[in-house]
Amino acid sequence: MNILFQTWPWYISGFLIAMVMLCLNYFGKVFGMSSNLRTMCTIAGADKFSDFFKFDWKAQRWNLAVLAGAMLGGFVAVHYMSDPSNVAINPKTIEQLAAMGIDAPNGKLAPQALFGNAIFESPKMILILIIGGILIGFGSRYAGGCTSGHAIAGMSNLQVPSLKAVIGFFVGGLIMAHFILPLIF
Amino acid sequence: MKALKYILVGFVFGIVLTKSEAVSWYRIYEMFQFQSFHMYGIIMTAVAVGIIGIQFIKRNHLKSLKGEPIIIADKEPGSFRYWIGGLFFGLGWALVGACPGPIFILIGAGFWSVTLILAGALLGTFLYGMLKDKLRH
Repeated sequence: MNILFQTWPWYISGFLIAMVMLCLNYFGKVFGMSSNLRTMCTIAGADKFSDFFKFDWKAQRWNLAVLAGAMLGGFVAVHYMSDPSNVAINPKTIEQLAAMGIDAPNGKLAPQALFGNAIFESPKMILILIIGGILIGFGSRYAGGCTSGHAIAGMSNLQVPSLKAVIGFFVGGLIMAHFILPLIF
Repeated sequence: MKALKYILVGFVFGIVLTKSEAVSWYRIYEMFQFQSFHMYGIIMTAVAVGIIGIQFIKRNHLKSLKGEPIIIADKEPGSFRYWIGGLFFGLGWALVGACPGPIFILIGAGFWSVTLILAGALLGTFLYGMLKDKLRH
């Protein structure tokens, strides 16, 4: 049973993610998490401001149910299926992070420096998280999908546009990780 | 309950992404530093299995649960929006280490600071809706 608590190997994880996508296909739906952000905007009344948000959001309720399940899954996995051996990243990565003042994982999923509750007292960190969110929300709608819709579902369906988007994801990510993050931290 | 099967699929998704640590800021950073194969392995396995599964569905004309043909729509052709939209997304992904799925999974797991990312993501989505007609696609 130990395997449940340890970090799941990539081949099992990747296989299960594909199964999640195929399951949704079997239900007659497509895998894509960022669409939920648009649905939420519409529910909050964004359709009064832009036609982009005028759509039948009720047809997307199933996707909100997937999200609710995912939140529950995250809760169960973190609270009942974790152990201190988790997030064993490359020691070289830990060294690099230490130089930037970012704490090592020691079993936790996210650094205190970015996600600890103390960040609510730091305007800089609040701004970083909000700006990161804006880039994700804006970029995923501009590109018409995120990691689930393009990288997994689109590429599985051999879509060239998805490949372009994924290359865009990685170019953006590399610029951030190598050039911008060191300037911020 | 029609919603139950979706909640169940989402539940598995949430557990897999958490236990594979794809929701971890550390794993995303490590991936972009090319210091681990882990994340690449996850994505490549998912895509490889996904390709086989979708080909299987298409070639055998499998029917959905409701008995209708399974149609997986092609993405709209184009280039600019994919490159540039993707670039924006990647910048955010590497900065806060979460994509839309993990944002919700982490909030569910009790990382309250991630609600700030969610607020930003909703704002970014809204911003796109407002600017859509002015943007090159």
